[in-house]
Amino acid sequence: MSTVAISLTPVCAVDTIPIEGGVAALVAGSAVAVFRSFDGSVFALSNVDPFSGASVLSRGIVGSRGDVPVVSSPMYKQAFDLRTGACLDDAAVRVASYDVAVVDGVVHVGSIRPAGEDA
Amino acid sequence: MRATGWEHVVPTVLGMTKRQRIVVVGHGMVGHRFVQAAIERGLAETHDIVVLGEEPRAAYDRVALTSWFGSGPDALSLLPGGEYDDPRVRLVLDSVVTEVDRAARTVTVVSPPSAVGDLLAHPGAVTVHDYDVLVLATGAAPFVPPVEGRGKDGCFVYRTIEDLEAIRAASEAATSGVVIGGGLLGLEAANALVQLGLDTHVVEMAPRLMPVQLDDAAGSTLVRHVERLGVTVHTGVVTEEVEGGSSVTGLRLRQAGTEEGAPTEVVDAQVVVFSAGIRPRDALARECDLEVAPRGGVLVDEQCRTADPHVFAIGECAAPGGTMYGLVAPGYAMAEVVVDALLDGPGTFTGADMSTKLKLLGVDVASFGDAFAATDGALELTYADAVAGVYKKLVVSEDGTRLLGGILVGDASAYGVLRPMVSSGLALPDNPEQLILPVGTGPGLQLGMPDEAQVCSCNDVTKADILHAVAEQGCESVADVKQCTRAGSTCGSCVATVKNIIEDHFASVGKVVDKGLCEHFRLTRQELFDVVAVHGYRRFDDIVAAHGTGRGCDVCKPAIASILASQTSTHILAPATAELQDTNDAYLANIQRNGTYSVVPRIPGGEITPDKLIVIGEVARDYGLYTKITGGQRIDLFGARMEQLPAIWRRLVDAGFESGHAYGKSLRTVKSCVGSTWCRFGVQDSVGLAIALELRYRGLRSPHKLKGGVSGCARECAEARGKDFGVIATEKGWNLYVGGNGGATPAHARLLAGDLSTADLVSYLDRFLMYYVRTADRLQRTSTWIEQLDGGLDRVREVVVDDSLGLGAELEAEMARHVGGYEDEWRATLEDPAKLARFVSFVNAPDTPDPSIAFTTEREQIQPIAPALIPVGAPA
Ligand code: SRM
Ligand SMILES: Cc1cc2nc3c(=O)[nH]c(=O)nc-3n(C[C@H](O)[C@H](O)[C@H](O)COP(=O)(O)OP(=O)(O)OC[C@H]3O[C@@H](n4cnc5c(N)ncnc54)[C@H](O)[C@@H]3O)c2cc1C
Ligand code: SF4
Ligand code: FES
Repeated sequence: MSTVAISLTPVCAVDTIPIEGGVAALVAGSAVAVFRSFDGSVFALSNVDPFSGASVLSRGIVGSRGDVPVVSSPMYKQAFDLRTGACLDDAAVRVASYDVAVVDGVVHVGSIRPAGEDA
Repeated sequence: MRATGWEHVVPTVLGMTKRQRIVVVGHGMVGHRFVQAAIERGLAETHDIVVLGEEPRAAYDRVALTSWFGSGPDALSLLPGGEYDDPRVRLVLDSVVTEVDRAARTVTVVSPPSAVGDLLAHPGAVTVHDYDVLVLATGAAPFVPPVEGRGKDGCFVYRTIEDLEAIRAASEAATSGVVIGGGLLGLEAANALVQLGLDTHVVEMAPRLMPVQLDDAAGSTLVRHVERLGVTVHTGVVTEEVEGGSSVTGLRLRQAGTEEGAPTEVVDAQVVVFSAGIRPRDALARECDLEVAPRGGVLVDEQCRTADPHVFAIGECAAPGGTMYGLVAPGYAMAEVVVDALLDGPGTFTGADMSTKLKLLGVDVASFGDAFAATDGALELTYADAVAGVYKKLVVSEDGTRLLGGILVGDASAYGVLRPMVSSGLALPDNPEQLILPVGTGPGLQLGMPDEAQVCSCNDVTKADILHAVAEQGCESVADVKQCTRAGSTCGSCVATVKNIIEDHFASVGKVVDKGLCEHFRLTRQELFDVVAVHGYRRFDDIVAAHGTGRGCDVCKPAIASILASQTSTHILAPATAELQDTNDAYLANIQRNGTYSVVPRIPGGEITPDKLIVIGEVARDYGLYTKITGGQRIDLFGARMEQLPAIWRRLVDAGFESGHAYGKSLRTVKSCVGSTWCRFGVQDSVGLAIALELRYRGLRSPHKLKGGVSGCARECAEARGKDFGVIATEKGWNLYVGGNGGATPAHARLLAGDLSTADLVSYLDRFLMYYVRTADRLQRTSTWIEQLDGGLDRVREVVVDDSLGLGAELEAEMARHVGGYEDEWRATLEDPAKLARFVSFVNAPDTPDPSIAFTTEREQIQPIAPALIPVGAPA
């Protein structure tokens, strides 16, 4: 990973996030969706669904498509790669993905990762 | 003149608006097919179509007439809505065309007084219609031989629903009945009399039954079957007289071939049905000097055109090349040919396959091709098992290489393979007798059928057409193919063959037809439902580990959540299932375009007290919600932020409201009309029943949403037939209709059972709904579920009403468990802090509302301001 997190915002205890579920957090004025996958990995994407503009991605269903861990938007069901924010149903669309770390059982959200960077 | 550019346009516009007008006389099976084909093939783009039908109802499936006793007239209708969807087609019923003026190109129509009311006030309305093209589709009429006494009360023919109604009414007071005529239709009529409980006789002048289709050996095999079913068969006799005063008391019979005055025998009967053949209804053509064939039928050429280029004739009233055809398939072919001719196509009608297969009183009978070995040098191979009552005959060419025709009685399972062999000229195997030996003794019938073989004779569909539908058009089931090609949609005798072709095709391309739910499950919803029930699973993880792959998705997770909810009564937001729920279920509210939610409290049957109305108003006012009366007789409050939902529901629950499940694939509303309590026409308390049903089935998770309706009388103000289950009050109880919906593909609910007591109604509904919940596919409404069930509505009736699977008690018990385990989801959520925890805007800032949500005001209420869409690709 090449990006060094400049500031990390603690958002919640990792146990607050349901397994294969998400929560919304406010990070530097932006809504961020934080997910926990089946194996306990934590991911953070922008909460804004790019197809509707509504701030709702944290309410989507978490699962997999092939080997890719995904969340599907609750609005029109497009799937987004939890690791990168890439939309699997429309190659032109991507939501921001954030650095995220769990420190002492607390989830910290960092800054937006440049496109193309994996978790 | 100054050019404005309009000069060019005006003539074109005029040219385009000069539409032609087609008048169709007769709305029977063939007239209807003509209109369907005209719409489908674009003829209506240039032509207005007026259809004038004499019968009081739209075209119905006459071929299946006998099933009317079981299912009622609605089930037979070919046009259930009673009118065509296309505004350029006008259907006028109850109207008899009495005259054609070919010079003026008009027809005269009389609407009989019976249709418009009192005879004196309306002595029959007369109207005149112009035509550019006239299509005669007047069908045929039963032939009644000039037997003395044939006009007495108790004498009937067998052609229309009205005929059957009259026969049924007369049978109530009768003990025995006779059918005159032992042909195809006569045996159908006999079947009907047996069903009506009459001691039934069949009288046939020829020495055997079905003389046109069967040889002597086949005829006598059939007699044994028919007699075993309690029908007395008299062959080789003529009817000398119908006895009785004004009403029939019996029939006097004499041996055929004997002189008048020879000894006679009398058969007692109070009902007599004449079924001695049909005659084309060609009177209109005769009267306007169009030529008719020597044996009747409007004479037409290969395009079904009469000598007058503006007049066509199709179906049983027509005689292309001098021959009339008493079957529906040739009529359908003629209808297509005329549409083709009007589109300047090349189609011609050059004769038809007169093969027949039917199941008479449970006996299979088939006759096809050259059944009587009329071809020079033809050989006959026969197989007869007198004990089993099976007779099979093959007619093969002199050199034994080709099948020419055949007859099957008692076991017609080979028909599907044999008949196409005749039409395709496929080479016979070396031992053709294997084709008629009982299954197990020969190599069976796994013969390749050539692609040109006609599989569905009613609709002229070949094997190649079916393969095309499967390989190119994405059809995966008989139901798909039926929709795509019409194969199997008329007499149904080809359905088994169609199914084999589909399965063989998939087997040959190595494709297992994938009915799996999604990439994570190969199982169908129904299979998953059973798997969950058998193993008693309660967690998605266990199910996907044992029966699936991956981590699930927005398709399988909600489907499994729904299955678990149908089988257990645990709260949908319980820890094991909360994250499986679709977004609306996950927050017990409907998400809106800006991420806010709507709130729909249940208002059972649409009945609500003023106090409760006031509470809804107060809640909406206090939270600034947009209010609207929904299409489901209740009130929707829009614009609630997710974190406001618990407080809003606290107020509503305290006032006695509960969840309306507007968000769930579950029961929505049972719509009611005001019913007998207030309405001067109501015959039952429809509001009371609607409330009871809504409360009984509330919360039931199902494959798709469910809606019900109850109307207090036949005026149907509750639109019950537009619902998954609809109840309409009758003088004697309730009629139960199933399988209706509005939405993208509207369907009218059809009658499942009539005149039910409230108790029977509820137990049938319990069974129906649970059977649906168990076996339907994900997101399949009841109408499509019924359509795709093998056997359709009849199957549902067998399971629900006749309890043919012995499942009734089990289904009712499951429903009882649901009813007993019901709790209001919102009340339970409010009582559980763990469940309430999800209703926060931000985990780390629960007091900050989502800043992206904003409203404006319109007509004194809030409306969402669309959130700014983020440019595609740019990270937010
Ligand atoms: C609110 C309402 C419109 C209104 O303002 O009147 C409505 C609103 C919605 N309808 Fe509807 N339908 C509403 C009555 C109807 C009706 C009329 C009726 O029930 O008599 C129909 C046609 C009848 C029918 O369903 O057979 C109807 C046919 C649909 C369909 C098409 C269903 C189909 O089988 O084709 C959908 C889509 C679906 O369910 O997949 C749908 C879906 C929806 C959804 C849930 C779409 C969505 O997912 O956001 C809408 C959100 C509801 C909300 O936010 O509360 N709505 N919808 C009505 C709520 C009724 C209620 O009290 O529960
Ligand atoms: C009991 C029964 C069982 C059958 N079983 C089979 C079977 O198994 N297989 C098979 O292929 N065929 C079967 N048939 C025959 C099949 O029903 C007919 O071939 C088919 O209905 C012919 O269609 P049609 O449109 O030509 O005539 P019809 O369906 O009779 O329609 C003609 C319509 O025109 C109306 N009409 C007549 N004159 C006028 C007028 N002057 N003005 C306005 N309207 C008029 C009539 O009232 C009627 O509604 C059966 C028939 C019956 C009665
Ligand atoms: S359906 Fe009948 S009872 Fe109900 S309101 Fe209409 S007319 Fe009255
Ligand atoms: S052969 Fe009659 S429906 Fe196919």
